[in-house]
Amino acid sequence: MAWPFNKKSYPDYWNDYVNHFNKQKKIALETSRFVVLDTETTGFDYEKDRLLCIGAVSMIHNVILVKDSFEMYIKQEHFNPKTVEIHGIIHNTKITTFTEEEAIIRFLDYIKGSVLVAHHAVFDIKMINIALKRLGFPNLKNQVLDTMDLYAKTRIKSNIINQKKMYSLDDIAENYAINLSDRHTAAGDALITAFVFSKTTSTLNKSKTFKLESFFLKPNRF
Amino acid sequence: MKNTIAERVADFLKNFPPFDQLSKKDVFSISEEVTISYLEKGKLVYAAGDALHDQFYIINKGAVALNKEVNSKTQTLDHFDEGDIFGLRPLFAKENYATSAVTEEESILYGIPLAVFKPLIAQNKDIVNFLIESFASNTENPFSKELNADVFQSTLEFDSKELFELQPARYVKKVITAKPNVSIKSVAQLMQKHHIGSILIEDDMIPLGIVTNKDLRNKVITGEHTIEAEARAIMSSPVLCYPKGVSMSQAQIAMLKHNVSHLCITADGTPNSKIIGILSQHDITMMRGSNPAVLMKAIKRSNSTKELNRIRKKIMVLLDGFMQQNIPLTQTSKIIFELNDATVKRIIERCIIKMGKQPPVSFAWMSLGSQGRKEQLLHTDQDNAIVFDNVEDVKLEAVRDYFLTLAKKVNKRLNSIGFDFCPAEMMAKNPKWCLTLDEWKNQFSQWTSNTGDDEILLSSIFFDFDITYGDARLTNELSDHILTITKNNDLFLAKLGASALRSASPLGFFRQFLVESDGEHKDFFDLKKRAIMPIVDAGRLLALSNQIKNINNTAERFEKMAELFPDDKEFYLACSYTTKALIKFRTKQGLLHNDSGRFIELSALTKEEKLKLKRCFKTIARVQEYIKLKFNLNNFL
Repeated sequence: MAWPFNKKSYPDYWNDYVNHFNKQKKIALETSRFVVLDTETTGFDYEKDRLLCIGAVSMIHNVILVKDSFEMYIKQEHFNPKTVEIHGIIHNTKITTFTEEEAIIRFLDYIKGSVLVAHHAVFDIKMINIALKRLGFPNLKNQVLDTMDLYAKTRIKSNIINQKKMYSLDDIAENYAINLSDRHTAAGDALITAFVFSKTTSTLNKSKTFKLESFFLKPNRF
Repeated sequence: MKNTIAERVADFLKNFPPFDQLSKKDVFSISEEVTISYLEKGKLVYAAGDALHDQFYIINKGAVALNKEVNSKTQTLDHFDEGDIFGLRPLFAKENYATSAVTEEESILYGIPLAVFKPLIAQNKDIVNFLIESFASNTENPFSKELNADVFQSTLEFDSKELFELQPARYVKKVITAKPNVSIKSVAQLMQKHHIGSILIEDDMIPLGIVTNKDLRNKVITGEHTIEAEARAIMSSPVLCYPKGVSMSQAQIAMLKHNVSHLCITADGTPNSKIIGILSQHDITMMRGSNPAVLMKAIKRSNSTKELNRIRKKIMVLLDGFMQQNIPLTQTSKIIFELNDATVKRIIERCIIKMGKQPPVSFAWMSLGSQGRKEQLLHTDQDNAIVFDNVEDVKLEAVRDYFLTLAKKVNKRLNSIGFDFCPAEMMAKNPKWCLTLDEWKNQFSQWTSNTGDDEILLSSIFFDFDITYGDARLTNELSDHILTITKNNDLFLAKLGASALRSASPLGFFRQFLVESDGEHKDFFDLKKRAIMPIVDAGRLLALSNQIKNINNTAERFEKMAELFPDDKEFYLACSYTTKALIKFRTKQGLLHNDSGRFIELSALTKEEKLKLKRCFKTIARVQEYIKLKFNLNNFL
């Protein structure tokens, strides 16, 4: 008779996180909180590679609160020397590191029900979802925006420029004359992405037909 | 927990007063509380009358103006840029904001909460002093006063002397010349006989070069050439040519810019027509000291992009003055063009030095579009390209890499002084537009032989190029090539004609202005698309079909047409006048609204302005009608 109640029991922190989505009230995007994030990983293989670091800033009304930023380095069980060079995060440095589970607990508590924003977001969200899976959880429930899509939308429609071009964060930052000194730290990239998000949305908002909601990524992409 | 962002904020803050007076720890604890906001140009940080924010601001990037409404006119009280703080005094006065803070450029602001800053004041005497000084002074920020004083507070006064400078320079009409094959000795004797410091070298009165005292000193007395050698061996070439009617100012800055002491006056102002006079520096030295010349000197001496940015702002003040004084547009645009041109040149010069090695082969930096046509008065997008000398295939990509790296530097600096990146990526840093001479020729041939809509658009931008820096031989060859491939190319010209007619008359059926029906500029009149582009397109078409070389400016193209076809002189001069009137109108609108002047709010125009515009549109309709008949375009439309 346990059948209707065999719902897996999750720890409190997951239930608290899920509760943010149960209220089902429509929030206006203008006043909602956005979490702009970036992850550093040991590589690009979803199954083999692991999260090294998650960096994020929050934005409300286009204002970034430094106090409300997030930066978490994750202990690696397998030390992969290749990634040290790329990311400059050295195994066992003075930076405090956390286990994957601790990092996820804090991350869920940080993002709450906010809209997530990232550049090439599918990669970051998928990496986080796979980490969740290892801990026995389903996928993230947040809405997700990709700054790459928003940027591509701001480009003029012309046959002279390639409409299908993929724009790297470097390309865009250069075009927007954003200082690149913090490239390749997760928090630094998150801040640059936040500027790109601000700039693209304020450009796109000038068109009366623009709706940010229409850029939410479909959950089946992660 | 590590906080990289707070660390970066602290790295920035610690360089600027009053934060430079605080301990590292205090700066970091402030940094953790900071808010960061990105604002576009023209956005309000706060408006006069608004309730106080709980923070003041420091500019991380960009610029902010404090404005006040006086008798319903906006007056700017102060300007701030990188590292300046603003909005602090009102917090202490505890009154609502008395002024509005508006971003003048795209800006990133750090908001510093008063709650974390205030406790530090009590502990630190230097901060107290900073506050007292800043509250006592007008500028609110004593550290920015020095810079602002000369950039912005100079009200331009135009007295008769300055207006005189804009009058045509008197040139020497009795020109002493020599043929290129005469000996250096006889050239020197001729100079001695006539007591002159220079001699034009010509063939059939077409200027080939000039020999000056300096050439004799540097190339003959040094032993490099014998006095029996031919004059062509030591002449400086090509000669800088201008048409008669060149103003004192323009002549003077042209000389300063090119480091020459003589200008040759030719029939049409290009080196392809006959010499009619010569203008020397001596003729105009007494006129020195005018504003444009001072600016030109400043540009040539400048050593940082920031400095150039300040000079550019001064140029805008000068332009505003010219507009208010109603100085003829031809004069204005020439002076502004020379200054802009020199600015770009200076940037390229500095970037070549920064590259650490000289260009591997000769090249030319080409300005395209409105800048190439010398019609760019306000800051608009940058359109440019590079042509470099042909090289062997094996070296080609290495050479191209050099120029792409150079272009990247130049494009970036142009962007930071206010020439926005071209949204269509028509910039020299784009590998598509950084080509060898042969590659360009092929590209142009391809556009004119296999022509679709895109090719027409590209041709209309790239064919109006003007050399800004480098080897004029390359651009000259390109100009010749364009004339060759368009000569009798009726199909291409017809397509170009059809595109010139595409934006139909700016007036609707009921003689109402046609306004934009959608988008950001709904109900605004698009001056560029509906009025300026059609007449510019028409000018280009007529210039190409009549094989007119080296004239890119639309008004001048029509003037040349008037000269070639005296029967229709009146019509072409009307076109020339219309072009100038429209550009002037756009410039005025742009200065008024601090934008590109492209979109016009009709309700804000006076009746007289509307009438003037409508008169211009009549000319546009006439020239479009003419093109339709001349190029037999009824099949195309």
